[in-house]
Amino acid sequence: MANTLFDKVWDSHVVRKVKDGPDVFFIDRHFIHEVTSPVAFLGLESRGNSVVYPAKTFATADHNTPTINQHLPVADALSANQLDALEKNAAKHGISHWGLGDENNGIVHVVGPENGITLPGATIVCGDSHTSTHGAFGAIAFGIGTSEVEMVLSTQCIMQPKPKSMRINVNGKLGLGVTPKDVALYIISKQTTSGATGYFVEYAGDVFENMSMEGRMTVCNLSIEMGARGGMIAPDEKTFEYLKGRSQTPKGADWDKAMKYWETLYSEDDAKFDVEFNYDAADIEPMITYGTNPGMGMGVTKSIPNAENVEGGVETYKKSLGYMSFSEGDAMIGKEIDFVFLGSCTNGRIEDFRAFCSIVEGRKKADNVTAWLVPGSHKVVDQIKAEGLDKIIDEAGFVLREPGCSACLAMNDDKIPSGKLSVSTSNRNFEGRQGPGSRTLLASPLVAAASAVEGVVTDPRTLLV
Amino acid sequence: MAYDKFNVLTSTAYPLPTENVDTDQIIPARFLKATERKDFDINFFRDWRFEQDGTPKPDFPLNKEIYAGSKILVGGRNFGSGSSREHAAWSVYDFGLRCVISSAFADIFKNNCLNVGVLPVQVSPEFADTLFDAIMADPKTEIKVDLPNQTVTLVATGQSESFDINSYKKDNMLNGFDDIDYLKNIENEISAFAETRPF
Repeated sequence: MANTLFDKVWDSHVVRKVKDGPDVFFIDRHFIHEVTSPVAFLGLESRGNSVVYPAKTFATADHNTPTINQHLPVADALSANQLDALEKNAAKHGISHWGLGDENNGIVHVVGPENGITLPGATIVCGDSHTSTHGAFGAIAFGIGTSEVEMVLSTQCIMQPKPKSMRINVNGKLGLGVTPKDVALYIISKQTTSGATGYFVEYAGDVFENMSMEGRMTVCNLSIEMGARGGMIAPDEKTFEYLKGRSQTPKGADWDKAMKYWETLYSEDDAKFDVEFNYDAADIEPMITYGTNPGMGMGVTKSIPNAENVEGGVETYKKSLGYMSFSEGDAMIGKEIDFVFLGSCTNGRIEDFRAFCSIVEGRKKADNVTAWLVPGSHKVVDQIKAEGLDKIIDEAGFVLREPGCSACLAMNDDKIPSGKLSVSTSNRNFEGRQGPGSRTLLASPLVAAASAVEGVVTDPRTLLV
Repeated sequence: MAYDKFNVLTSTAYPLPTENVDTDQIIPARFLKATERKDFDINFFRDWRFEQDGTPKPDFPLNKEIYAGSKILVGGRNFGSGSSREHAAWSVYDFGLRCVISSAFADIFKNNCLNVGVLPVQVSPEFADTLFDAIMADPKTEIKVDLPNQTVTLVATGQSESFDINSYKKDNMLNGFDDIDYLKNIENEISAFAETRPF
């Protein structure tokens, strides 16, 4: 039987199948960070186990790190304690650790690919649901819980039932101002926040073929927001070009050997998926969300739908709009905003900063807007400076912060105050996600930039022409 | 032994019919800073249970005295979406709950529950409505969750539905076993497999 890309990678990592149970699934690469790993190390030690393959686990600090004055001791005692625990656990068990201040430090899903740890055909897990990002390289990558982090540390395996397969095809030409983030938010709005639960998604079609690796990462990153365990894209020349020469990719003969394997990683022409969807690129506008889950999104020029026209219960829908202080029928364009957040594992890469700068160049930040621009890693910071984007940012009245997860989940001090409205390039608009009482509109870096200079929700196309 | 065994549980239940309850609601990120697993009940549904000044919100079901001590929560569709934080499952457990019933669960939350000894029971949307209606009509409604027979039953009326769980996980829950016990017992098989991996 013809295989899907997903089948090929999954099946080659099954150590054994448990009768009427999950697969014993081997993990090639394991990322850990300070928030979801400490209890796993405690469990490991209390059972008297050790880390079986320390070279397959990679630690980086990102979730609760400050994004200013990283050279100073971390002021928040609890955060400092977690960062300290990560460093100590990594040292004790021989795991590489990119702590605060390390040149390789940054958001786990940015630094993994950047350093060539992420590879096609690999299985990659992390105690973080946005691990799906790494699927952009043709890897099977997904988020796990802390019990599973302990399993990987102590056995290099987890026990997982194989998800069903879904293919999402998007073909055609994307319009002006339509970015990978918009493609993802469009798909999620069609699938709803739970439509892909139980599935692993392959993204296919010329829209993804033509997309940069950064864009593919943005799309795969957001797979979890429609409930999918992960999403992946078949590796191609662009993938190999991105990876070649990065610090941890195979070199020389090992690279050639790896390439032979990687070139087999695609879905066969007659491969069967459990379910398949087709979307037309021409239907996709710059997107924005208006509610409290990422499925509540629409074209930025549209008005908030009436309850009877959306899937799900009316009460939940009204609760959501009530939290946002929005009403059915409201237009999003022109809504006054308070904050803009550019960053996160979704949109904290160089391409996102280029997009943001393409709009703010020669313009000024609106006075009513507080903007937090947080690169995904030190390497992204270096690239921003190398390209002179830092000057554009500065001249437009914005400030570049230091890398980390920041206001995406507001574990550090970067919290949107209660009631304030933020246009954010991150991944979740859940109640209080960016700080207690905060209200989030998810959008692309272009929409964020246009809104930042106008002070209200703005269609970036009006500034691009 | 990572958690208590689960066999048959009969209890009243907290009703929480809101759909798409994400793990940021179950436990907000700012309460994930512990390095030990303890006391996660304190901030369970923090921002839905309490005002920002710490005053309890009396109308929230988890604060209602009439449901106090329930070991079951009946949640709306797509319960536990979003972040993979196992802290959400820990907070469910630490709050005294051993079972969550919903017409649909997010995958990672469901896995996390099974790994910490909370039984996720998926029922049909119709049966979920039946349960909500029964609890609304009588807050003292008892629900019996029978893991050996894989059934969930309204004690008063006998209305019942069966639920799915694979036999491996069922056996784990019945005996309080966990995956690490299993995996450590096939260590040699795993290390032989590891030798075959190209990178």
